[in-house]
Amino acid sequence: MELLNALVALTNYVIIPATSYGAQLALGALGVTLIYAVLRFSNFAHGDTMAFGTGVVILVTWGLQALGVSLGPLPVALLALPVGIAATALLLLGTDRVVYRYYRGIRAAPVVLVMVSVGVMFIMNALTRFLIGVDQIDFADGERFIISARTWNQMTGMREPLTLRTTQVITVVTAALVVVALFWFLNRTRTGKSMRAFSDNEDLALLSGIDPDRVVRVTWIITAALATVAGTLYGLDKSFKAFTYFQIVLPIFASAIVGGIGNPVGAIAGGFIISFSEVGLTYAWKKVAGYLIPGWQPDGLLQLLSTDYKFAVSFVILLLVLIFRPTGIFRGKVV
Amino acid sequence: MSFLDASEMTGGYGKADILHGCTLTVDKGQIAVIVGPNGAGKSTAMKAVFGMLPLRGGSVTLDGADITALSPQDRVKKGMGFVPQVNNVFPTMSVEENLEMGAFIRDDDFRDTMEQVYTLFPILKDKRRQNAGELSGGQRQQVAVGRALMTKPKLLMLDEPTAGVSPIVMDELFDRIIEVARTGISILMVEQNARQALEIADRGYVLVQGANRYTDTGKALLADPEVRRTFLGG
Repeated sequence: MELLNALVALTNYVIIPATSYGAQLALGALGVTLIYAVLRFSNFAHGDTMAFGTGVVILVTWGLQALGVSLGPLPVALLALPVGIAATALLLLGTDRVVYRYYRGIRAAPVVLVMVSVGVMFIMNALTRFLIGVDQIDFADGERFIISARTWNQMTGMREPLTLRTTQVITVVTAALVVVALFWFLNRTRTGKSMRAFSDNEDLALLSGIDPDRVVRVTWIITAALATVAGTLYGLDKSFKAFTYFQIVLPIFASAIVGGIGNPVGAIAGGFIISFSEVGLTYAWKKVAGYLIPGWQPDGLLQLLSTDYKFAVSFVILLLVLIFRPTGIFRGKVV
Repeated sequence: MSFLDASEMTGGYGKADILHGCTLTVDKGQIAVIVGPNGAGKSTAMKAVFGMLPLRGGSVTLDGADITALSPQDRVKKGMGFVPQVNNVFPTMSVEENLEMGAFIRDDDFRDTMEQVYTLFPILKDKRRQNAGELSGGQRQQVAVGRALMTKPKLLMLDEPTAGVSPIVMDELFDRIIEVARTGISILMVEQNARQALEIADRGYVLVQGANRYTDTGKALLADPEVRRTFLGG
């Protein structure tokens, strides 16, 4: 029984939150890795791209709510996603046309493109704040819990609570669907294969008659979709605030790099490694330890790091990977 | 007029010319080999034929049509296939996907062409699900040649196809190249292994400093004591 209680506590406070956070990071890291693989630079504006997409989704959600639209137990934001993706795709294609295309034309070094993306980041940052403001916005509606602490108690009679929020399940299901769709696209379709070919060997891709402009366009559109979905899921799960999307770039990059940047499988694995490390290291293990070791009451909380330091976890992992295995777990590419 | 007629090509990357009136011709189904010392402009001459080098003078015609002004991509559409010396496969894509990418510009069904490539290189059929980057050097060259054959080119250009492979693999690759030529495809190739390459050449070009020094059949060049002494090491 004590073991079961420990397991429930672990599931409730670590496994469920880390899984949904990991899925959000994985989607974000996929966008970063895709840009890196095809356009060959680290896109620092990705977090703010996510914020912009989410902002549009929130505006459309409000509009739909005003019209009285409801999805029953599901949040209305899911209906607004396509509009958000379309708006973000237009923004990214516009940015590419106005900014990145010039630097590709002069064959700028990757580090120059990184700096350019930092500039783009600030612009998008401001754009999102103009669009929706800086306040914290909670836009999740519909059923809040699939399993609430009370129903869990009635179901099992256990003292240890367990809750499963709707947004957590939506996050994981949506992320899984998006990942399956992305891999199908990259591995089965002609356009997807041409993107991989372009990423593998640009010169040979050109020789084979692959249109580079088309590859770049498709890449931005997919990135827009990934960013908007990732941002919306994150916002549904934890509420939206423009500034947090700027901060989340660090764990996203850590995810992409741990897994092997440029490698989609690595981005997903990296997302979960970072999320489980972050949640695991900032969780107070006192309760679980109390269940597992009878008669032991630790003095402290058994919390390795305060949650205020959660970004330090990504940062340290990032450093360790870059020092000891810069290509990441799944051997990404290094420009 | 020959099938490929690249005449009096002059040009280079910057201000200084690398090619000085270099002429290369290949007839239908023939193998032409470019040999010469390091820095003679062998690869550059081939790149010029393929449109990867801006020409100040001279012209390139393929099957009677002037293609001097065309981009490499457009030359592929006109029937040229090019196998670069290095980085000539998509390493993280499977052998089959490499061939598919070779056929990217084709809108028709290319499965029969893929079968022909597999018949020519049976090992590739066994490894078709494996990533090209995981293959041995010789197998990778076969993928590279196979990729170029997917557009059904009339002229196949190979930049040092045997660079870095063992002598046994080299003989095998040359056998395959002869087989390709027998199907009516013209071959233009640059080779370091001059002696072996000239043995299979219908026509050999010895380039020195971006210009033709000797031009003859492969056999005749091999028999020429002057060529042997200067370029083939006795």
